[in-house]
This record gives sequence, C-alpha cells and structure tokens, in this order.
Amino acid sequence: MPTLEKTELVANAAGRMVPEVVNGRIETPFMGIGKYQPVGGKASPPIRTAADYAADGDKRVPDLETALRKCGLRDGMVLSSHHHLRDGDRVAMMALHAAAKIGVKGLTWFPSASFPSQQGAIELMKSGVIDHIEGSMNGPLGDYCTQGKMHGMGVLRSHGGRWQAIQDGEVHIDTAVIAAPSSDPFGNCDGSHGQSACGSLGFALADSIYADHVIVVTDNMVPFPCVPWQIQGNNVDYVVEVDSIGDPARIVSGTTQMTRSPDRLRIAEFVARFLRDAGIMRNGFSFQAGAGGIALAFVSYLKQMMKQAGVRARFVRGGSTKYLVEMLEEGLTDYILDGQTFDLEGVRSLATNPRHVATSPFTSYNYHGKENFASMIDAVVLGATEVDINFNANVVTHSDGRLLHGIGGWQNCLASRCTILAVPSFRDRIPVLVDEVTTLCGLGELIDVVATERGIAINPRRQDLIDAVKGSKLPIRSLREIKEEVERICGGKPRRPKRTDRPVAVVKWVDGTVLDTVWQVS
Amino acid sequence: MIVATETRVGEAGHSGPEIRSDLHVRIAPRDHDGIEITLESRVKTYYGESIRRQAEEVLEALGIRHAVVEIHDEGALPFVIAARLEAAVRRAGLGEGTRVLPEQIALPEPSSRDRLRRSRLYLPGSEPKYFINAGLHGADAFILDLEDSVHPREKDAARLLVRNALRTVDFAHCERMVRINQLPLGFEDLIEIVPESPDLILIPKVEESNQITEVASRIADVKADYGITRPIWLMPILESALGIENAFAIAKASEKVVALTIGLEDYTADLGVVKTSTGAESLYARQRIVNAARAAGVQAIDSVFGDVADLDGLRTWGSNSRALGFEGMGCVHPSQIAVIHEAFAPTSAELERAKKMVAAYDDAQSKGLGVVSLGSKMIDAPVVQRALRLIARASAMGLVM
Repeated sequence: MPTLEKTELVANAAGRMVPEVVNGRIETPFMGIGKYQPVGGKASPPIRTAADYAADGDKRVPDLETALRKCGLRDGMVLSSHHHLRDGDRVAMMALHAAAKIGVKGLTWFPSASFPSQQGAIELMKSGVIDHIEGSMNGPLGDYCTQGKMHGMGVLRSHGGRWQAIQDGEVHIDTAVIAAPSSDPFGNCDGSHGQSACGSLGFALADSIYADHVIVVTDNMVPFPCVPWQIQGNNVDYVVEVDSIGDPARIVSGTTQMTRSPDRLRIAEFVARFLRDAGIMRNGFSFQAGAGGIALAFVSYLKQMMKQAGVRARFVRGGSTKYLVEMLEEGLTDYILDGQTFDLEGVRSLATNPRHVATSPFTSYNYHGKENFASMIDAVVLGATEVDINFNANVVTHSDGRLLHGIGGWQNCLASRCTILAVPSFRDRIPVLVDEVTTLCGLGELIDVVATERGIAINPRRQDLIDAVKGSKLPIRSLREIKEEVERICGGKPRRPKRTDRPVAVVKWVDGTVLDTVWQVS
Repeated sequence: MIVATETRVGEAGHSGPEIRSDLHVRIAPRDHDGIEITLESRVKTYYGESIRRQAEEVLEALGIRHAVVEIHDEGALPFVIAARLEAAVRRAGLGEGTRVLPEQIALPEPSSRDRLRRSRLYLPGSEPKYFINAGLHGADAFILDLEDSVHPREKDAARLLVRNALRTVDFAHCERMVRINQLPLGFEDLIEIVPESPDLILIPKVEESNQITEVASRIADVKADYGITRPIWLMPILESALGIENAFAIAKASEKVVALTIGLEDYTADLGVVKTSTGAESLYARQRIVNAARAAGVQAIDSVFGDVADLDGLRTWGSNSRALGFEGMGCVHPSQIAVIHEAFAPTSAELERAKKMVAAYDDAQSKGLGVVSLGSKMIDAPVVQRALRLIARASAMGLVM
C-alpha cells in the first residue's frame, strides 16, 4: 500500500493549497510571478580526469546492465531519460528493465516526458524498482498516479522548469541515459541522422552537463567524429550499441496533418486574423506554434496572410513540421529555432538547412538564466484543457482530475508578448470555459487572448490589444459571455467531480516554486 | 394510459469510440418494477445525474412506467438525448401520439422570398455532431437532410432529431432548410417538421407539378393545425430528365416555390452518362433550369461540388455557375462556403461598371435625354435594370458600403 507522507498544506500566492514537503524535500510555495529570488550557485557534477578514460576515446560497453553497474546505480537513485523519440522510444524502458535486472529498487524515474508506450513502468512501480516519477504522466501512468497508487509524489515541470530544477540542484541526476539516433564511440551524439532520426536532442542536454554519469544508447554507431554533435562526448561515460532505439513510425509522423474539423479550422483562422488585425504580423516578427491540429492550421492560414501582405518573419519557434519548413523554404521566415521535430520534413530540414537550428530548453525556456527566447516571441499559440473567466488555465488534468497531458513548454511560452490559447469552447458536452480550473498551470495575468469557435476574448489587462483590433471584423466577446452561452448549449454547468484531499503530484512553476497540487481522485 | 402488454425492445442512436455527441438507448419495457436505468457516459462525472433525470422525465412524458433502460452516452446534448429516447420508445411500439418537445429557443426572423441563397450547407439528419456549431460557419442556409444521407432504417429517428434541433439549436443567421424524403415518405416528415417552422422545405426528385401542389397543401394543413402564419418556402430538386422537361410548370406550381435546383448525381444516372468535373453532360439541364426559374420569377440554384479537397475546382465551378445565371449552390463542408460566396459575388469591375451605368442613366433622365450611352455602348432600360439588380445583390452581400 502506498504510504505518501503526511504533509502540511499551505495556501500559495495564487490561493492554491500546496504541500510544503514533496518526496522529503522542503518546497517553496509559489510567491507570485517574478517574486522568488534564487540564491547560491548552480549544481556541479564531480570533476573527472582523462586518466580514467581510454585514450583512444572508445567508451563502448557491451550492454546497458554493464553500463548501469559501472555508473554505480544503487537503490533510491535518480535515473533520467528523454522524449525526443516520443511514443516510439525504447531506450527508457530498456534502461529501467536493466536497472530491475541488476536488482536496484526505489528509483526516481526522471523523464523529460513519459508516453503511453512506457506504461510498463507501472509494473516496475508495483515491484518497487521505481518509487515515483518526476515528469509528465498521462494515459495509464497518469491514472496510476491520480488513483494514488504511486509510492512517492509526482512532480510535473515545464521543459524550462526541468532545466531549472537540474541546474539549481533541486533534482540531482545520478545516471542519465540518452537515446542517440547517431553516436560515435566517444559519445558525441546527433539526432538528425540514422534509422531512428528524430531531429533535435535538446531535452537531453541538461542531463549530459549536470548528471553524475551519462550513458549514450545508439542504433547507429559511426566512427569518430559524429557531426554535428548535439551532445558532447566529453560529458559521456559509456556508449551502448543496440539493434533499435525506437519504432520509427512512432518517433515522427510521416506527415503531420492539420485538423479537418470545421470548428477547429475556424479557431485557427481566427487566431491568424487576430495576429494580422492586431498588427502583430509585420516584417521581422516572430511566433511559436506547436504540432496540434489547430496550431498547424493556424500556421497554414497565417502563411497565406503573410504572402498576401508581403510580410516576412525573423524567426519562428517549433515544434517543427512540414508547415514551418515550407515557410522557411519559401522565404517567409529567416530562421526556424527548433525545440523538437515532429515530422520527416522537419528532420530533413534540420539536417540540411543551416537556417533550421536546434535549440534546447536552456536557450528557449530556462527561467533561471540571463533571460531566454520565450519572452522575445511576439505571439505564441497554445492549447489548454480548461480556462476560467480570469484567464487562468489548466493544461495537465482533465476536468475530472485525471492527468491528461504534460506541461511541455506551455508554461515557459506564457512569457511571450502575446499568449493566445486556441481552444474549443466545449469538448463533447464538457465545457472548456469554467468557473475554476481543476489544476492551475498558468496564471491569467500571463494569458492575453482566448480564441474559441464562438469568438475571441481579450484579457482586460491588455487594453493595447483591445484597441489594436478595434475596427476588425473578428468576433471579440467577453469570456464570461462565451462561457454562459456554452453552459446553455451543454444543458447547465457540469457538476464538479469529488476529489480526495490527498496530494498525489505537484505542478511546479517555471521558477521551481509549487503552483498547484494534483489530488487523488475518488 | 399505456400499458406494456408485450415486451418489444426498442433501440435508437449510436455509441462507440468513434461516435461523438450521440448516444445509444435500449429500452426493454416490462410490466412491473418501475424504471431501471443503467448509464455509461464519457461525461458521467459531470452530467450523469442530469442525463438520468432527463431520461426519467422523457419516459414519464411518454407514459413509460416500467422498463429496463440502458444508455451508452458519448457526450450527447440534451436535445439529442430526448430525441433518441423518444425514438427508442416509439420503436418499442409505445408512446404513440405523444411528443416530448425540448424547450424552444426564440425563432429567428421569418425568411423572405428573395433572400440571398448563395450557399446551403448539407447536414446529415442522423449526425447530431454536425448540427451543434453549423450556424457558426456563415453559410446563407443549412439543410437538415432526411433523405439520401440518412439510412432507410434511420428515417424515423432522424426525423425526431431534426425536429428537436429546429427547436433548440441556435443556427445564427442561417436560413433553416429541411430536405424531406422522396414522396410519399416525405409527407410523414412534414407532420413532424412543419410544426417547428422551418424556413424552407427541399423536395427531392420532383418530376410533376402536382407533387408540389400536394406538398404545399399538406404544409398548409399542418400550419393551420398549429396556427403557424410565417411562410415556409419550397425548393424543388429536379433530378431526372422528366423533371427537367417540366421545370417551368414545377416552378409555377405553388406561390411558395422560391427556387429551383438540380441534383446532378441522379440526373446523370438517369441519362446514363458519367458526371464530370466540367459538367458538360448537364449543361443543357442546368441552362434549362435557369431559364425556367427566370421565367417563373424564382431563383436558380446549382447542385453541390462533391470534392471537398479541391477548392480550386470548386471556385471554377462556382464562377461558371454564376455566369450561367445561377445564384448559389450547395456545399458539403464548411470550408466550401467562403469559396462559394466569393464565386457568386460580383467582381469589383462589374460593380463599378454597374454604378457608372446607373449614374449615367439617372443623369440622362434628369436632362430629359432618351438615349443614354456609356463609352461606345448604348444603355437602355433592361441594361439598367440588370445593373440595379447587381448592385442590390452586392449590397446584400455586404460588398457595397
């Protein structure tokens, strides 16, 4: 039976009840945006000497078990993995099973995100190999956590927050296992080539720098040098060769498809028109959009409008897809700054076009740095599971409290000059616009626009945007008005689900403070 | 009071992982022990109690006292839940003569004889998920279809669904059209649909003018029964060689006819020719419709363009269609609406020229001149009339400030 520790709950600056202690560690409750002032130095891995490594640079060992043993993996340590192979990844489960084989228990698994194909981790939690997961959980893993079956507490962080936690020493990685589509025996890794090519390896960069030990696993061993190296071999302890690091069909889509839903196309068109009519779409501007159906359609509409107006962007941030690649190749943007690569066209472009640049959570998102790219972006288009009338939003849980999504770069992107949530006003019969979000992931003061199929709501804090679209034909409405209309359509407000008062996971803010709690569902 | 003497199971609606905004209901009537409802729903946490309460109310209204009711809900809205329950009860052979009508929203303004009918969006009558946001996409009209998009076994249930949609769904500024089934089945549709005041009824596969007079008189009867005074217009669909031959008589058969349209799939099948994307094989029929419509003083409306992905093809078809004299066409996906509106809009050059003609004519009239010319062309009264019509139409489309 799981034995979550008793912990005191306190109200943070957002008015949410959060635990003071998480997995034995004293946490800082959220204090307000920009209020928490970190002190001290960054984490530092131990100093190594070339004397301890082979002079020929060959770090190969026969298998993962050997590598983990040589890294000194013991009970209760932290093992990290990454999601650049997405649902096709085989390496994380290989590493966890290898750890089980050498008899290690009570691990903290620290993935940059988990995927449905990794639900085998449930068995490893039941058998005690894994104590808890610090990273996004959804599907069966999410249910396992929200049903209160996980031994320790889940910790959900944004991509930038994960870098911050590693860098600040909040999470000390004992052993990082990095899946590499190409590597040389020295451990230089590249993601753009090989049978399992996935594009950028940015999610693994922090682990390679800060972990005590780093293992590279590859299915495409090339003679030194492996170029370009996205991960430097100088940070790598061991290299393991395997037959396959992932299922190519689930690593990237052959082609990403935009939505065909008329409602979602309408939302996408609204967002593009908003950028145009508000004057955000102008020469030298920048934007970020992900690979969801609405985001892809938004890019497609915006592209037409940019062509019509003769406008060229300075850079776009991805999640790259064929739609962004087309913009780059047609001269509609100078650069793609790419955090992860979603389809084959994206992979090809990243490998061949010097203006398609791989980025990391450090450059793009890390809040505890000397700024980052996210706040320099003119507009970002994001999704959400719920939005309340004060523009606060949820991206991790369903309205019934079950974990649904990771935070991804979502929280980090809220720093953009114009943050737009593009969401249907209801899904099936479930309103997306609500009185109070189930889990608070982003504060309304950072969310500027909510675009739904029934109209666009602008945050009253952004009088400049309200003024900018005066005279536009866009249906600008208040969030409350749209919400009330949706409640009429759905036959009244949904009943709020019962939950227990037992925390099972926390949501961190980008500065490492605790923003909200995910509760065990009843 | 209705007593379940034989236990016939009634089922209606659809459920499953691919289904959205619908539900499946199975009702097994019994002689005692009251109502027992089992509910599975993806929205059970939020609306489970509401669905149960609604089911109990609908069953009570239909006089069902004892039954085992199984509901598999996929996030259906209340108007759909009511329609599916009623259909299941009727299929169980019960609830005869009783309707369970959801609360009605305010009716929009009645539609006018000569309103813009550039685009009409087809919505399959048994697919409620398409109804809910249909009004958002800016079509001039939508058609709740009871005919070809509804399986023969689903006709009774679709009728109730469409009836409830007309009562409860806000379709914004769209003209509310219903395509009934081919006669005589279509008469049964009218009994359920007409009380909800649709703006226009499309009558499929019309071949003779007496079909129109019959429909018009049935509609008038139902309207009288319910005290409905607002107009319900008619748009016959001609889909056969004989229908085309009788186009003028059909258009003149009732003063309620406001437009003629053509169904190309059936028409080309009747001719035994292949339907092509250029439409050469149906050119005669389409021109005949335009001519008959004009002669009868009604609108000529073109068929649909079926390839949703080919917006360029649609644009070409629409421009040609307008050049032939059609005033609009059907659409099968909302993405076609904007393209159709563009295709049927006067070009700015046409509009400018029309304005100049009218100005020159007015100028000449004020000077008492008999003959007016613009450039090298003489302008007479019919030309001015056409120019005025074009300006009025552009104005209705919001193209004239």
